[in-house]
Amino acid sequence: MTAESQPSAAVLDGQLLGRLDRRRPGLLVGSLASGALALVFLYCWGYQIANGIGVTGINRPVFWGFYIINFVFWIGISHAGTLISAILRVTNAEWRRPVTRSAEAITLFALAIGGLFPLIHLGRVAIFYYMIPYPNSRMLWPNFRSPLVWDIAAITTYIIGSALYLFLPLIPDAAVMRDRAAAGLRKRFYAVLALGWRGTTQQWHSLEWGIRILAVAIIPVAVSVHTIVSWDFAMTQTPGWKSTIFGPYFVVGAIFSGIAVLMIAMALLRRGLALGRFLTDRVFNNLGLLFVTMSLVWGYFTFAEHLTVWYSGDLFEKNVHHVLLHGDFALPFWTMVVVNLVIPVAVLSFPRGRRPLPTALVGCGVLVGMWLERFLIVVPALSTPRLAYSIGDYMPSWVELGIMIGAVGVFACLYFTFTQLLPIVSVWEMREGWRHGASGGAGDATSDAAATSGTAAAPVAGGGGA
Amino acid sequence: MTRWGMAIDLDRCTGCEACVVACAAENNIQTVGEEQAREGRAMHWLRIERYYEGEFPNVRTRFMPVLCQQCGAAPCEPVCPVYATYRNPEGLNAMVYSRCIGTRFCANNCPYTVRVFNWFDAEFPAPLDSQLNPDVSVRPGGVMEKCTFCVQRIQAGKDEAAQEERDVADGDIRTACQQSCPTKAIAFGDLEDPDSEVSQWAESPRAFSLLGDLDTRPGVVYLSGSEWREPPE
Repeated sequence: MTAESQPSAAVLDGQLLGRLDRRRPGLLVGSLASGALALVFLYCWGYQIANGIGVTGINRPVFWGFYIINFVFWIGISHAGTLISAILRVTNAEWRRPVTRSAEAITLFALAIGGLFPLIHLGRVAIFYYMIPYPNSRMLWPNFRSPLVWDIAAITTYIIGSALYLFLPLIPDAAVMRDRAAAGLRKRFYAVLALGWRGTTQQWHSLEWGIRILAVAIIPVAVSVHTIVSWDFAMTQTPGWKSTIFGPYFVVGAIFSGIAVLMIAMALLRRGLALGRFLTDRVFNNLGLLFVTMSLVWGYFTFAEHLTVWYSGDLFEKNVHHVLLHGDFALPFWTMVVVNLVIPVAVLSFPRGRRPLPTALVGCGVLVGMWLERFLIVVPALSTPRLAYSIGDYMPSWVELGIMIGAVGVFACLYFTFTQLLPIVSVWEMREGWRHGASGGAGDATSDAAATSGTAAAPVAGGGGA
Repeated sequence: MTRWGMAIDLDRCTGCEACVVACAAENNIQTVGEEQAREGRAMHWLRIERYYEGEFPNVRTRFMPVLCQQCGAAPCEPVCPVYATYRNPEGLNAMVYSRCIGTRFCANNCPYTVRVFNWFDAEFPAPLDSQLNPDVSVRPGGVMEKCTFCVQRIQAGKDEAAQEERDVADGDIRTACQQSCPTKAIAFGDLEDPDSEVSQWAESPRAFSLLGDLDTRPGVVYLSGSEWREPPE
């Protein structure tokens, strides 16, 4: 088993790069389906721009609806990648090697979509750039006191950082692709991406330092992004929103939903692209442990948030709290608690639950639960304003639903394209890990034995002894 | 310096809603129709809230006209990313329609829920189009709006006083809601001028601020004689 899981360089190249030369019918069907959904997205957005934001179900007092929910949801998903991958790199966890690339790609594409939602949400999207500080003849600045302006700064930083962080470790692989490709458009494409990489010692040295610096720098950026997203709510004085723990609560929720997506994506990649050799049971076991930890932390934050609100006895806060726990929103609330806390803990506490299929299924539940969490933050607080006269209701329109579902298609489109063009598992990093293993280092990079015998190290510290 | 303010005597209000109609006519507020209104998209800048007290048949209705409170520390202002709403030197929360991009953040952060949004471009089917007020712009779709304290009347009053080379006198400027109130429940004027009618009313022991504990320092003062101060749940 150990011998089989330490493939030679040729096998690695063949498995990870060779499939890029072939067409797979399954992927084609997936690409077409996601392409169709992407068209739904474009149609619905176009329809909304042509007819006015009134084609949504938002109203007074529920001025924010599905678009903001999905904005927070996708930004949360984006924490799948860069943050987790950076933490694993910084802690030198060996089992990160097959994970990082697929995770970082999720980040970039989820951010691109998450960043679109606030624009879709605008009443007048054509002049969205008023929010950006740009030189203009009237010397007008955006309002730097507004959390929305902080949002723009944070998300722009994060998207640039994540793109760089995905791109840097991609350079050596792009160079390999360039060298393998026949002359033509494909070769030129890879040549541009490879930035003239020749694999000299100097280049490897620069790359290593570049990745190391970015990995450390991106962690505070990732944390700040979701903190600032939470401040869109916490900085207001709306009952149900003004909360001091929203910053860390959102960060935890983001990482939680990020891992959920990662689990699903890895299970799919493992099956769809036959990557079982690289995305081993041990990887799933470790990520599963991290997953259940985040579930518990999320549960703790949820409890702390609701206990303090309930205990305060504040009239307006209690109104919101009441509709959440016992009123109109009780069903989604308790569903959220079950799929985000009860099921993950029940399943992932056991080694048998930390295998690809169960973790992916738990991940699906958590995605639903974390979406509900954002729904339960946005809508109940707004529909229960201070003055009882304005109490309202919210039901999304088909346009909002179309954009929400279509966005998944846009994401899948981007992701499919990426896996078709570039290796979704970092080839050079796998080779490096294998070399470390061969020379008597951590030695567990691709080993199933540790996980199945139940001696796996703690998730984040795993491989730290290398 | 001027601080425009309003005082509303709830003990005089009969809930007739003449002010609501006058406000809509004066300020070119679009009528959205029955269906949209049912969805919570009616656009009144001024609304009459009704609160019921007692058990049937001994029921008492209280009316409270609620409009933009023109807060001195307005929660709507800091959250706008583009300065489309800001505090002007005379104490008004001004709206710059052409600057508004429609994030609706201001409306979420208004504790009085008095901001209304143009979900679609405004339509004024005939004969409504021929009664549009030429002093007030018609807002495009996707833009937030709210009570302006009839800023166009304030401007006209100041212009007239300037032409006659005098200061604006108390009572020169009357808002549409004030003018139309049959029971004279509304006073409007300069809160900085201790002799103005609105200042006199604000001195009353019956005066209170709506949701006063939020310390938004409203420019609207309510007067109510009974023990009741806040709307019941």
